[in-house]
Amino acid sequence: MTPVVHARDLVVRYDDFVALDGATFDLNAGEALGVVGPNGSGKSTLLKTIAGLVARSSGELRVLGSEPRRVAMGSIAYVPQVESVDWSFPATVWDVVAMGRFPRLQFWHRFAAADRAATARALEAVKMRGLEHRPITELSGGQQQRVFVARALAQEPQLLLLDEPTTGVDATTERALRDVVRNLVRGGLPVIMATHDLDTVESWFDRLMVLDRRVLAIGNPRDVADSGAYASIREHTHTHGHLRIDHAPHEAHALHPEIHP
Amino acid sequence: MTALLVPFHYPFMQRAAIAALAVGVLCSAMGTYVILRRLAFIGDGIAHASFAGIVIAYMRDANYYLGAAVVAVLTALGIGFVHRRGRISMDTSIGVLFTGAFALGVFLMSRQSNYAVDLQSFLFGDILAVQPNDLKIIVGLAALVAVALLVLYRGLLYTTFDPVVAQAGGIHAGVYEYVLLVLVALTVIIGLQSVGIVLVAALLVTPAAAAYQLTKRFAPMFALSMLFGAVSSLGGLYLSYYARGSSGATIVLVTTVLFFLALGLRSLRQSAARRTVHVSSPAASK
Repeated sequence: MTPVVHARDLVVRYDDFVALDGATFDLNAGEALGVVGPNGSGKSTLLKTIAGLVARSSGELRVLGSEPRRVAMGSIAYVPQVESVDWSFPATVWDVVAMGRFPRLQFWHRFAAADRAATARALEAVKMRGLEHRPITELSGGQQQRVFVARALAQEPQLLLLDEPTTGVDATTERALRDVVRNLVRGGLPVIMATHDLDTVESWFDRLMVLDRRVLAIGNPRDVADSGAYASIREHTHTHGHLRIDHAPHEAHALHPEIHP
Repeated sequence: MTALLVPFHYPFMQRAAIAALAVGVLCSAMGTYVILRRLAFIGDGIAHASFAGIVIAYMRDANYYLGAAVVAVLTALGIGFVHRRGRISMDTSIGVLFTGAFALGVFLMSRQSNYAVDLQSFLFGDILAVQPNDLKIIVGLAALVAVALLVLYRGLLYTTFDPVVAQAGGIHAGVYEYVLLVLVALTVIIGLQSVGIVLVAALLVTPAAAAYQLTKRFAPMFALSMLFGAVSSLGGLYLSYYARGSSGATIVLVTTVLFFLALGLRSLRQSAARRTVHVSSPAASK
């Protein structure tokens, strides 16, 4: 079966800075892949490259069988961090979630009953029914996050990319989001999610990737967590106050990043 | 009632009223996107840049509108290009492009010996001088921009709120940005004769800013902005007849008054809401 995401030696540069260095991995249908790593490790860059928002510098990347920028409209849903937009924008919860349908609509198509139904289902999935008419200026951080996820669900995508959706949300919201994502994955939707929270990775993901510009480890979440790959970079960041810039990643993991149970 | 409509008995006032309405509604509709994208500077910038087109058209004895429109659209596209390729903010890009184009206009104008009378009306506007042919151009261009706004509504809205996610979904945010800039350029040109390049920026910003004070939804903001634009244009024109003042300046003064009325209304509503919360809170009832 063709993987949903197929990356080989994927390199992304911003001018002279290498943000992603030779990432190699596959993502299959119905699989949730978690990506952990410290700030600046390339998590968001990886998601944006898969979404076609950032061009790769070299290497191979196929998403849903195509070049990322040639994927059919509405196929990829990207959920950014909530700070990425201006929440004083004049819109209600419904307005924002309904935007998820826009890539599915041609210029001349009306926002029809099917679109309203998809929007309502998405709101239901994130437990936001009853708040449709609330202006987004009045939402809490957790509610903003749920609105973003609902917008992605309304899009009915074939690939869901989430950039740290649990940052700053309470435990209840985190559990609700996890239930939503796991249900989607069970239904066959492939998901890639960047996260900082190593403690809950087993309940979220089928596989886990440790990223520090290079893929240091990838495999079963428990095995990856136990491997120490993430702990080593976290310790370095804590000790030195910055990411390793010119380091060689953990050699064993760098050379053989796939960890099997 | 008939006495109230006396100013509109004159054909020149009827033409002015139609032109003012078209300009006021269109500028304020476009203004909704302009202020939500934080591009308040763009109207001013493109208006000044179009001055170069007017001077070039004057030198070549061509249609002023055409000259202004060509330079305005080129400047708008240049602003988008420099913003994206130069990785600089839109405001910086506007600043670079408009000052360059405006300076070109001033340079060319300074080499002309007999220019002032014709160019003055474009600098400060003279809606009372709108001729039937001008009116056709104004209404035609306004209709074109209005149709574009209607057709592109969803894409413009999505890319205004969240261009990154819209792009990830397959909506070309960059294309929408260029299209919006061109539409703003055309809108500025349409507003040239009615209020002039100096004041056209106000109609692109103030009605929408007033509407923003009164609603937290996009569609009502869009509608209110157009209503304020229409009221300002017709009201300003009407008042200027009796005040014997500049019609363009009066239109802008009316829209400024509307803005402060909206701001006051919002403050009153917020105070009332705070009082309600205070009175109904358990602490207050003890």
